[in-house]
Amino acid sequence: MATETTTTAAPSVKPKKEALFSKKNVKTLRDPLDDNNPITVQVLGLCSALAVTVQVKPALIMALGVIFVTTFSNLIISMIRKTIPNRIRIIVQLIVVAMLVTIVDQFLKAYMFDVSKKLAVFVGLIITNCIIMGRLEAFALAQKPWPSALDGFGNGLGYGLILVMVAVFREFFGSGSLFGYKLVPQWAYDHGYVNNGLMVLPPAALFIIGIYIWWQRSRNKKLINVS
Amino acid sequence: MENLINLFIKAVFIENVIFAFFLGMCSFLAVSKKIKTAFGLGLAVIFVMVLTTPLNYFILNYMLQEGALTWIHPSLASVDLTFLAFILFIAVIAGAVQLVEMVMEKSLPSLYISLGIFLPLITVNCSILGTSLFMQEREYGFVETAVFSLGSGTGFFLAIVLLAGIRERLQYSNIPAPLQGLGIAMIITALMGMAFLSFSGIKL
Repeated sequence: MATETTTTAAPSVKPKKEALFSKKNVKTLRDPLDDNNPITVQVLGLCSALAVTVQVKPALIMALGVIFVTTFSNLIISMIRKTIPNRIRIIVQLIVVAMLVTIVDQFLKAYMFDVSKKLAVFVGLIITNCIIMGRLEAFALAQKPWPSALDGFGNGLGYGLILVMVAVFREFFGSGSLFGYKLVPQWAYDHGYVNNGLMVLPPAALFIIGIYIWWQRSRNKKLINVS
Repeated sequence: MENLINLFIKAVFIENVIFAFFLGMCSFLAVSKKIKTAFGLGLAVIFVMVLTTPLNYFILNYMLQEGALTWIHPSLASVDLTFLAFILFIAVIAGAVQLVEMVMEKSLPSLYISLGIFLPLITVNCSILGTSLFMQEREYGFVETAVFSLGSGTGFFLAIVLLAGIRERLQYSNIPAPLQGLGIAMIITALMGMAFLSFSGIKL
């Protein structure tokens, strides 16, 4: 399912500027969507993600926030990578990330107060989201700004895909709706259909991701011995 | 006193950082392959958490909140710096971890060696920052903050040692190849989370 989105997205951006979207750059962008997905393959960024997936809307906004932060933190760190002293690089990275997260938090508080209340501390926890630190350490510190930004965007997107997928499952089966609109009709409830209460509880997210990992790895045998 | 014991039990069992909020999942899954290393990481997390959360409490209450700066000059009463909370909290945590690392290397080399790479990693453990942010959101007092941070740390310690125990046993069981490793660890965590949900019946 992730591959479908990349094949449709890649040709639409590719013809515009050949140099910017060379084969290597496109690969940086699409690898994190499936084969090198930050959540299911690299095992990064589970922390703040799972708790916001009870409904689709907060999950989508969280994903957008993370995409913003990963893209720009990768870009900024990559631009100043030659001036950062190696010993204190973690603190420098954290300050840059914290600044970006503060921007996201203030924006949400100003324009989407109800969602901001729902996400509560989890916006702040984007700072310690391992995806961001992981990509900064593994990619941005060694690469040029443009590929770094693409890598950050791709990883944010790969994270967002999983997040929204889990949220769709949990909201549909847990409360019979998507984006707050009722999808399961009333007559189904009258005939004895019951919402699955487990889906609203925290463990459901782990079950869904565990089963997704199982499916992904049985489809792609290369990933089996990753971790 | 009773109130504090309740808060501690609540933080350890009912609102366990791992099973109720998924905080610190990355290191929880990555470092839970052996009981011994899990034990070391758990202890380090308790230590850093008990150190940094009260520090952040002071920063919040004497620097950031509206009216907190009156101890410098009464005219600063209307200054509200809470939007700086993220940057200062994470700077305190990163600084404290660095400091602990240096002190430990000098004075407790045996413990330092046994903790190894986990000490610097704690900086990006979400449960540490999460505890500070919960402290801010729930407006705890100082003693409550100290007890809450101890409880959260203990909850993390308990969870990671339990999972490591189960994963050590798993090596002898026959799991389908695609599910091995991460997949089964996720599902086990979910089952453990369901077990911990039963604590929510306790009325405090």
